[in-house]
Amino acid sequence: MSLSTNYLGLVLKNPIVASSSPLSHTVESIQRLEDAGASAVVMYSLFEEQITFNSYYVDHYLRNNTNSYAEALNYFPEMDAYNVWPDEYLNLIRRAKEVVDIPIIGSLNGVSIGGWTNYAGLIEDAGADALELNVYYVPTNVEMTGREIEDMYLDMLRQVKRSVTIPVAMKLSPFFSSISNMSKRLVAEGADGLVLFNRFYQPDFDLENLAVAPRLVLSNSNELRLPLRWVAILYGRVMADFAITTGIHTSEDVLKGLMAGAKATMMASELLQNGVRRIKEVLREIEVWMDEHEYQSVAQMIGSMSQQHCAEPAAFERANYMRTLDSFQPIN
Amino acid sequence: MTNRMVTIDGNEAAAYVAYKTNEVIAIYPITPSSPMGESSDEWAAKGQKNIWGMTPIVRELQSEGGAAGTVHGSLQTGALTTTFTASQGLLLMIPNMFKIAGEQTSTVFHIAARSVATHALSIFGDHSDVMATRSTGWGMLFSNSIQEVMDFALIAQAATLESRVPFIHAFDGFRTSHEVMKIEELTDEQIRAMIDEEFVRAHRQRALTPDRPVMRGTAQNPDVFFQSRERANSFYAVTPEIVERVMNKFAAVSGRQYRLFDYVGAPDAERVIVMMGSGCEAAEETVNALTAAGEKVGLLKVRLYRPFSVEHFVAALPTSVKSIAVLDRTKEPGAAGEPLYQDVITAIAETWHGRPASNGQAQEARATARITGGRYGLGSKEFTPAMVKSVFDEMLNDNPKNHFSVGIVDDVTHGSLPFDANFTTEAGDQVRALFWGLGADGTVSANKNSIKIIGEETPNFAQGYFVYDSKKSGAMTVSHLRFGPKPIQSTYLIQRANFIAVHQFNFFERYQILDAAQEGATLLINSPYEANEVWAQLPAPVQAAIVAKKIKVYSINAYAVAKQNQLGNRTNTIMQTCFFAISGVIPRDEAIVKIKDSIRKTYGKRGEPVVRQNFAAVDAALEHLHEIEVPSPDRGERGADAVLPATQATTTPHANADMPDFVRDVTMEILSGRGDHLPVSAFPIDGTYPVATAQWEKRNIAQEVPVWEPDLCIECGKCMLVCPHATIRAKVCKHEDLANAPAGFKTMPAKWRELPDHLYTIQVAVEDCTGCQLCVEVCPAKDKSNVSRKALNMAPQLPLRDSERVNWDYFLKLPEIHRNGNLTFKNIKDIQLLQPLFEFSGACSGCGETPYIKLMTQLFGDRAIIANATGCSSIYGGNLPTTPYTINPQGRGPAWSNSLFEDNAEFGLGMRLSFDHQQAYARNLVERFRDTLGDELADGLLNSNQETQEGINAVRDLVSELKEKLDSSLRGGLPPASSGSSPTLNGHDRTVVSAAQDLLGIADSLVKKSVWIIGGDGWAYDIGYGGLDHVLASGQDVNILVLDTEVYSNTGGQASKATSLGAVAKFAAGGKPTIKKDLGMTAMRYGNVYIAQIAMGANDVQTVKAFLEAEAHPGPSLIIAYSQCIAHGIDMAKGMHQQKLAVDSGHWPLYRFNPALESEGKNPFQLDSKDPKIPLQDYIYTEGRYRMLQRSDPEAAKALLTQAQASVNHRWEQYKKLAANPAT
Repeated sequence: MSLSTNYLGLVLKNPIVASSSPLSHTVESIQRLEDAGASAVVMYSLFEEQITFNSYYVDHYLRNNTNSYAEALNYFPEMDAYNVWPDEYLNLIRRAKEVVDIPIIGSLNGVSIGGWTNYAGLIEDAGADALELNVYYVPTNVEMTGREIEDMYLDMLRQVKRSVTIPVAMKLSPFFSSISNMSKRLVAEGADGLVLFNRFYQPDFDLENLAVAPRLVLSNSNELRLPLRWVAILYGRVMADFAITTGIHTSEDVLKGLMAGAKATMMASELLQNGVRRIKEVLREIEVWMDEHEYQSVAQMIGSMSQQHCAEPAAFERANYMRTLDSFQPIN
Repeated sequence: MTNRMVTIDGNEAAAYVAYKTNEVIAIYPITPSSPMGESSDEWAAKGQKNIWGMTPIVRELQSEGGAAGTVHGSLQTGALTTTFTASQGLLLMIPNMFKIAGEQTSTVFHIAARSVATHALSIFGDHSDVMATRSTGWGMLFSNSIQEVMDFALIAQAATLESRVPFIHAFDGFRTSHEVMKIEELTDEQIRAMIDEEFVRAHRQRALTPDRPVMRGTAQNPDVFFQSRERANSFYAVTPEIVERVMNKFAAVSGRQYRLFDYVGAPDAERVIVMMGSGCEAAEETVNALTAAGEKVGLLKVRLYRPFSVEHFVAALPTSVKSIAVLDRTKEPGAAGEPLYQDVITAIAETWHGRPASNGQAQEARATARITGGRYGLGSKEFTPAMVKSVFDEMLNDNPKNHFSVGIVDDVTHGSLPFDANFTTEAGDQVRALFWGLGADGTVSANKNSIKIIGEETPNFAQGYFVYDSKKSGAMTVSHLRFGPKPIQSTYLIQRANFIAVHQFNFFERYQILDAAQEGATLLINSPYEANEVWAQLPAPVQAAIVAKKIKVYSINAYAVAKQNQLGNRTNTIMQTCFFAISGVIPRDEAIVKIKDSIRKTYGKRGEPVVRQNFAAVDAALEHLHEIEVPSPDRGERGADAVLPATQATTTPHANADMPDFVRDVTMEILSGRGDHLPVSAFPIDGTYPVATAQWEKRNIAQEVPVWEPDLCIECGKCMLVCPHATIRAKVCKHEDLANAPAGFKTMPAKWRELPDHLYTIQVAVEDCTGCQLCVEVCPAKDKSNVSRKALNMAPQLPLRDSERVNWDYFLKLPEIHRNGNLTFKNIKDIQLLQPLFEFSGACSGCGETPYIKLMTQLFGDRAIIANATGCSSIYGGNLPTTPYTINPQGRGPAWSNSLFEDNAEFGLGMRLSFDHQQAYARNLVERFRDTLGDELADGLLNSNQETQEGINAVRDLVSELKEKLDSSLRGGLPPASSGSSPTLNGHDRTVVSAAQDLLGIADSLVKKSVWIIGGDGWAYDIGYGGLDHVLASGQDVNILVLDTEVYSNTGGQASKATSLGAVAKFAAGGKPTIKKDLGMTAMRYGNVYIAQIAMGANDVQTVKAFLEAEAHPGPSLIIAYSQCIAHGIDMAKGMHQQKLAVDSGHWPLYRFNPALESEGKNPFQLDSKDPKIPLQDYIYTEGRYRMLQRSDPEAAKALLTQAQASVNHRWEQYKKLAANPAT
């Protein structure tokens, strides 16, 4: 029985990839993921804002209030170097590559065209096997059209593709008017993979202080539905490797993801909640299931329930919506 | 091998050599020498090596006295050791300096020579500090320029090793220590060539060691002390020759020849000035100009002042000299003359006294030369070629003034020389550029950068000097930059500029900026107006000057460009680019490339985003730079339009009718930048200045100010409590008080049960506000329909200025609240109705210290006396031209004084003892005059309870009654003495009158006085700790307020023992490796000291309780107040939030230790904060001082965080145990 799969040209020993999360903050933790059975690790995201912020921060406090007052021309000692570049991140990739055998996928999170694409090159130089590009953009500008936003994503991908030779996967949000068309355009622009979907962390309200407060909520299996549907729809239509990254918690989730058409299923919330040992448990359950259902390899099942392959293609479309509503029985 | 040209300041030049040639460096901050210690600490943190390939050990001490002791010990055990200091710091080293010299020990102290505080403190330069060490037996070498600083640092080091005479290497504070100049850097090879290893080994060989033990430092009796003291003579006898030899060797190594006394000028000079220090440069420039014009003048520069070689001095004087003027940059009142003058007199007299002219020849001129002495440049007073010329001119008089002063107008003793301010020797082929900016806009930083570019990238010589005002917020800076093909000797401010940049448009309204413009100069303006509007917006006098002087005008809206490029208010790169674009110092394109190179060099290590941001600013600058068409006066009729009608009158600060005379005649002159022109007679004779002067200085520095919304206000008073500048205030008034309120004056019903039918008003002094936003941040009242709107919101100041000025004036005239028992004044809401007697200080915007001082003045200010340690609080408290301490309508308010940095606790104790004695004497006299006063009055005066403000007010009334009675008795005839209490029984005895007059004079001491000893952590934890400890132990009733910023804030953020483990500070560049001293716990051991650790932003109720309890405690009280500071690297608007985080993390536990509780059988220690609820990192990594280490050395940061958290946990457990103790 083979659990092996091929994602972004990388041979993965099984379809469970550790998704971008704090679990990749240290080499030790990455090693634990490998030991637990993860077939690849997507690094935590290197945020464009973080790099910019660190740079501005150091600059601000070295400069602020300087040369204003004769007795105190500055307030901090000036050192030879500051860790404002992503050195720490790149070192981590470098060190991780030395100690683990599984592929390491770098992750860049940004919104602006320009400098940060340099970091893509640096991540490649550090030894990353692939790169996941996470464009987290909240279009608050009411003048900005959907097309402009899409073009922005494409520009960014183009720039990054120009600066690296490793495969690049694009992590998408579900908020496009036409995910299908957007996916097609991204692939045409060179995306090697599409990762569905990015979870926007929605701000919460603090009623006591009448303030907006950030709050992180981990995913659950129910959230699998959205990416599951879209991978199933896009599989075979858009020629890219798919990965599902939201709502993968159980062996069933993994199996569903594969059948929809994903070549990799990515886990984070589950591991954060219940520990990295869950990978092993899920893999075992998958083997049991495959054994019981007489599957030889996961390759067999990839896309097997995609829209193109399933018996009821309409189930993914509008008709299914009505059926779902009808199936709801209110409690009297 | 060619030497590298570097563009550096004097401090860096000295530290460079000191670091290379020493093994141990003991440091302590004091202006203007601190940067030498800072550089050494930074270099050591980076592992830079000395010439022996080792990283010197750099250690900060608790005081200069401590530094000198450490140096002494290190020297005695064989390490090459140095230190840096100035002024009072040098004075604290004197005891050890005697010892070091007495033991013939080789060392060099590098001194940025600074005034010693007398009638006032001055951070600026003169020679009074080094001159105070003349008797210590140290050699003294004076450097005059930055190049000489580097050279003489090495010459001194080489000379001390050979001579075994320790050396002071002195250069002028600020003028040389802070001047930036292009110089030739000495190489390690050159330094090694100068340091003779034989002498180094000999130094080490003399070290104390148990391997070959000796004793050094014995006590000697009258039989031998004198003789053994005379053993030193032989060393001093040969030292001048040694220094001369070292100078010659240095010439061979470097190509620069120095002599013990360097003469410049006409070989046949008849008039010669003798002087030392940076003034020599201006004097040499003048001598060159005058000799070129045929005058027979010269200058003798004294290099080696001690040991003073009479022989070398006389030999250096031209034989033709007929008149010598000796200029001293120090003052020795009561002496026969200033020191150098006396030495010159002695040298001439010793050489020729009683010696007949030989061979029938006339006695040579030098022997009979007339010698006069004068003073110049005290406290960095300008010393210009015009002044040099006036000294030479005076020498032409038959009867020249002696003991004169030059550079000021002495209209009291008439000792000053007049000078023609228009005389100038500035070179024709120089670019002289003046830049007027604000500290916050980065003007000085940009100019320092420009000097480096020009100095290091072109063959030009370059010089930069920077003038700052006395304020820490909204400070004005003026940069003086000179560039040219020839070396620059002009050690004075630019007098005729050919380029002037004005980075703040409103400066045209306040300063006579174009006075210094020479004809045809270029003017660059940062203007908020469109190019076609700029001319019309310029004040008429400025337009007139532009036309008259044919000035070319360029303008740019740099703030708009900065905004477009996300640079906030940072216009530095933009204005710098414009300067290069139009000044022509370097071709424009080449300049742009060099600016960008320099940006990469300067900002590269701070990250690519910063570099890119600045590049964008450079590119944008040129697109927005416009030349402004200046109407020509020659264009016929249109010429009449050249100067348009004044659009804005020049609003140089001017007097108004309400001002006291002194403010009008003196303070306002200083404020207007005309302080240099005030004559001697304008000033108080003893350094006493009036208070309540900050109110006249309307600085208008805030772009935005808070605006009050009464519909939301809950009248909590928090905004006023936290305001660092007392610019937001409240009053409660009766309706009738507000009958004539100006339109737009806001009120709301007052929410006091005790004050029914009153109106409440909050008013902002928008012209004094610094825009820090602390008030808005703490305001708890939010609009339910729009939570972003609070009861206070920031709004642009300019549109509000005129109307709010009227409202503020009206508000001030409303009656102050009476402390008549209606309100308790024990909660914030009540207390914030009290008039602050500390207002509009020059402290930083968002300062964390000043709210505590202000609170103290609200509670006790009308009977407070303050002993203030040197530091931030003494600078914003007492730096001329104005003081924030003010008075109430009765004319009472805090009296304030600053003694020194190190002795403040003792200074305050002295005040307490004095008050106590005066009160005891007054009580004694009241008893003696009981018959005159009557029993009721006497008993009231002697027995009234003054624990409450009402009680104090009652005694005040009784004192007034006493004064009236005594006064009328004295006027109506001599008062009878009470029986048995008077030394004579004669009711008309003179001693009785005298006693009555005494009582009149000290009757006010019967009213309880509140002594406050205020200072920062540098004082309390370090330099003043010994005294503080002693005063705590004294049991006397003093209140000590420690404004704990956890660094030496005033001198730029050096570590103190209050600095936390893991914080980056100067002198702790690698992160402080040791924990913060627990000052409160240390004091607690005395048992009778009231102690409170407070943080207003975390618990304002506890803060108020602490102040009330501390003042009420009849013994010593110690309040340790967390004070946020710009040296923390925080957004100052969030200062109160940072205080809360400090408490929530357990870093700053709140507690009170009240001995009174113990006597009630209760536990005196009360924890006022709860168990830490956030990990330490959630607090510290919101502050730059900790994050900086995370960025520069993440591993060390991680390790220190672990230790710091453990230390916080441990201390918290200790405190909890202490608080849990059952009642004792």
